[in-house]
Amino acid sequence: MNGWLGLVIMIVLAVGYAGVMIGLSLLLGPKNPTPEKLAPYECGMPAVGDARERHSVKFYLVAMIFLLFDIEIAFLYPWAVALRDLGWAGFVQLVTFFLILSVGYVYVWRKGVLDWGPAARVRHPAERKAA
Amino acid sequence: MMDTPFNAVVPMLCVVFAALAVMMAEAFRGRDEQMALGGLGIVGLVGAAVSSMLLWNRNASSFGVIVADNFGLFVTMTLVIVGVLTIMFSSVVVRRDGLPAGEYYALVLFAVVGMIMMATANDLLVIFIALEILSLAVYVLTGIRRDDPRATEAAFKYFLLGAFSSAFFLYGIAFTYGVSGSTRLDRIGAFLAAQSMSDSPLILVAIGMLLVGFAFKISAVPFHMWTPDAYEGAPAVVTGFMSTGVKAAAFAAFTRVFLSAFEPFSVDWAPMIWILAVATMILGTVVGVAQTNVKRMLAYSSIAHGGYLLVGLIAANDVGKAAILFYLLAYAVTNVAAFGVIALLGTRDAANDELRDFSGLWHGRPALAALMTVCLLSLGGLPPTAGFIGKWYIFSAAVSAGYYGLAIIGVLTSVVSVFFYLRVVVMMYMEERDPGLAAPAHVGGVGMVALVASIVVIFYLGVLPTRVLDLAAESISTIF
Repeated sequence: MNGWLGLVIMIVLAVGYAGVMIGLSLLLGPKNPTPEKLAPYECGMPAVGDARERHSVKFYLVAMIFLLFDIEIAFLYPWAVALRDLGWAGFVQLVTFFLILSVGYVYVWRKGVLDWGPAARVRHPAERKAA
Repeated sequence: MMDTPFNAVVPMLCVVFAALAVMMAEAFRGRDEQMALGGLGIVGLVGAAVSSMLLWNRNASSFGVIVADNFGLFVTMTLVIVGVLTIMFSSVVVRRDGLPAGEYYALVLFAVVGMIMMATANDLLVIFIALEILSLAVYVLTGIRRDDPRATEAAFKYFLLGAFSSAFFLYGIAFTYGVSGSTRLDRIGAFLAAQSMSDSPLILVAIGMLLVGFAFKISAVPFHMWTPDAYEGAPAVVTGFMSTGVKAAAFAAFTRVFLSAFEPFSVDWAPMIWILAVATMILGTVVGVAQTNVKRMLAYSSIAHGGYLLVGLIAANDVGKAAILFYLLAYAVTNVAAFGVIALLGTRDAANDELRDFSGLWHGRPALAALMTVCLLSLGGLPPTAGFIGKWYIFSAAVSAGYYGLAIIGVLTSVVSVFFYLRVVVMMYMEERDPGLAAPAHVGGVGMVALVASIVVIFYLGVLPTRVLDLAAESISTIF
């Protein structure tokens, strides 16, 4: 039980803190409802139409690149923490991993995935260099 | 070769670097610049083959999870052959159909990396990662013709069902870990052999889940639903690649997991696989008879061949284990070549894969018809081809293990299957060319070289199988 006590305290604190904050704002906050404020997503724009619409494929590309480098970070943090224990072998392995990822990075760059402007996107990188 | 902890991954690294080189070349090439990207891939694959030969008999192991034992290396060699043939056929198809060359070859190579990894992995989690590497690449390859609605549909179906089966597989790993406390196959095997766990339902759940995951990948009935659609929709050369490479890799891992880690429970899983094998052989053959599209017919035939391989797995004696390896090689070469012919006959706008498209092929393209005939006879298991020897050993293993029923069903279904293979042959030789059809495409250069090379291998395996059989037997004896 001893080892788990910290975890229990943290859960209690986290849930308690959130509960107290929401409770306080319920009790103390001024209430001035308007139809816009009561809309499910209050972000300044009235909700019009269906949420299921077609998005530009660019969004997916960005999401995929994000995922890739997010995973890289997920590897880099534990490696940084265990740097001394892993030694040179770990360093070489991580650099290899990093190099393989950078090949992917160079590839998406050259393919124009990072050019988000509409004009730049349609041109092939090689053409741009020639121009 | 020096003994380093990285030895066992060298074959994989060769292919990885080739794939990365292809990606870089694609990124930096000009718009209309032609590059020999396929050649780059073949260089990597040859590197993998050479390093596999150097690793033979060394039992190298990297990080404890990748083992380059002879079993894995034999399958690696098979996969390299599949990869090289695929790239050779592809070089014709990519140019003809205007496929994105860099992406195409890089994906093929990454898929081969996943396959090699799957064949040499000694840890359930690594097998899972390998499965995902190869699956993701193959999903994309299936739908690489984005303008073709059939290909897109095939890719999507394959992706959804593949993801679904991955979940089963992952659950199986989780349960296995829960029972045995390890994902390493040798430790699981040692743990299960030491415990008397025959009354534990959990391990049976784990075995069942893993079985479902593998059965999806080798398209055993009733987990074959995606196969005909995916195989028919994909470009023929990709179909050839995935019906052999994916199946060989999945079977290698399947054999390794079930005959090493779950060996103590063979009493429990053998009946399950028995049912799968019988259903797979019968359904693959019977439905194959009704097909009029050659690609779809070969899809059902590849399902049936999965059933024959399962027979070897059930027999699980030395003959059976060696027969699995031999059969995988024989089937892989034959099937890649058969789909290669279909791919070479297609054009950019028409797949030309209906049965009537083959009518009178002998009069127009005698060489192609002859090569296709050899492939079909080998698939049907007629001497003196590789398929005959493969089936012979599979069924004799079943008989010597006492599975007479399986052997009888296997022989009967392969007799029936000869019907639909021969139907194509009859079309090619005895029918006149349908006047409504365009003349079949000219085939030359690399595609023809690949075809002739595979025919040579088919006959070599069929006439002088001893050496390869000995190698297969030798590689089996090192692990199980």
